[in-house]
Amino acid sequence: MPAINKIVLDPLSDNNPITVQMLGICSALAVTAQLPTAFTMSIAVTLVLCASNTIISLLRNVIPPKIRMIVQMVVIASLVILVDQCLKAFAYEISKQLSVFVGLIITNCIVMGRAEAFAMANPPKESFLDGLGNGLGYSAILIIVAFVRELLGAGSLFGKQVLPDSYPGNGLMVIAPGAFVIIGLLIWLQRSITKKYEEA
Amino acid sequence: MGHLIDIFVRSIFVENMILAYFLGMCSFLALSKKVDTAFGLGMAVVFVLGITCPLNYLIFNFLLKDGALATGVDLSFLNFLCFIAVIASTVQLVEMLLDRFFPPLYNSLGIFLPLITVNCSILGGSLFMVERNYNFLESTAFGFGSGVGFFLAIVALAGIRNKLRYSNIPPGLRGLGITFILTGLMALGFQCFSSVSLLVP
Repeated sequence: MPAINKIVLDPLSDNNPITVQMLGICSALAVTAQLPTAFTMSIAVTLVLCASNTIISLLRNVIPPKIRMIVQMVVIASLVILVDQCLKAFAYEISKQLSVFVGLIITNCIVMGRAEAFAMANPPKESFLDGLGNGLGYSAILIIVAFVRELLGAGSLFGKQVLPDSYPGNGLMVIAPGAFVIIGLLIWLQRSITKKYEEA
Repeated sequence: MGHLIDIFVRSIFVENMILAYFLGMCSFLALSKKVDTAFGLGMAVVFVLGITCPLNYLIFNFLLKDGALATGVDLSFLNFLCFIAVIASTVQLVEMLLDRFFPPLYNSLGIFLPLITVNCSILGGSLFMVERNYNFLESTAFGFGSGVGFFLAIVALAGIRNKLRYSNIPPGLRGLGITFILTGLMALGFQCFSSVSLLVP
């Protein structure tokens, strides 16, 4: 079983999709101003990632290599349409807040990247676990960033006031620049712990 | 006319794809090490975004929209699939046209054209255009403006990263970390445009 454990746990820190592989950053930043949206997005991406990895891995011997990109795109886009319709049906408020970013899961490089790098070369079970691991790694970063941004930006968690009312709220955390700086600092923290440095 | 210019300017500075909506970050971070490559990618994005935005407008409004094809037929749930197909084929088409008629430009864009298909800012542009109910001219202005905004941001970041090569950065921040913080500072700079509006109320 160690191999399977490794497939799931590796993307959580050592090979994290966002901070190490540099994939899927676009959506990671945009939905993290509050916890509920970040949470929904994490679930959506993890689901799409698991499903697309499994499907593409099942199809991997049938897909002609020349048009594999298009096949992958179609699989991913259909899954995203499913997720989008479900969100609109059961969580309309949140789907309005996420607006275009649900659709942008299609171009989220994690989904495409894992399909291309892992699912095309591995059997369905491993591919499913790889999707799960990467989805969780992505979710971890999303939720940490959203936690910091909502706590410092509005003094609340999941919409409930946590800090005393006298806390004025830090507007910088709510707007775009705050997200960039927090991810930058997070990467610094992670690299200082793992001691894996990049040559500038 | 003033309205169109307003949309154009707003999409460059105020609603910048990268610095306000975080779209296209992946290629923005990965390809901003050198000014040349950043320039090439920026040009390609302006090109493709300027074409796909109006094209997707036509497809959405004449095929997919509720009642557009036939009364009672609502295909708008297919929009993601259609948009991404349009984008992929436009990129392919642009690539072939450039190769045939403008070889120097084609050579300078090189590998960046195919990469654009998975650039979030292109699909994002089309989705924003639908969400905001732009008309044909507005979506053209929006597409071009967003492209120019991307171009501006990536070339500026590449310039800054070039200078960074000689500075002493803490080891953990080298590479990706410092780039994020830089982008944060750039975004902060762009925030000061947020009250710009060319329309007289």
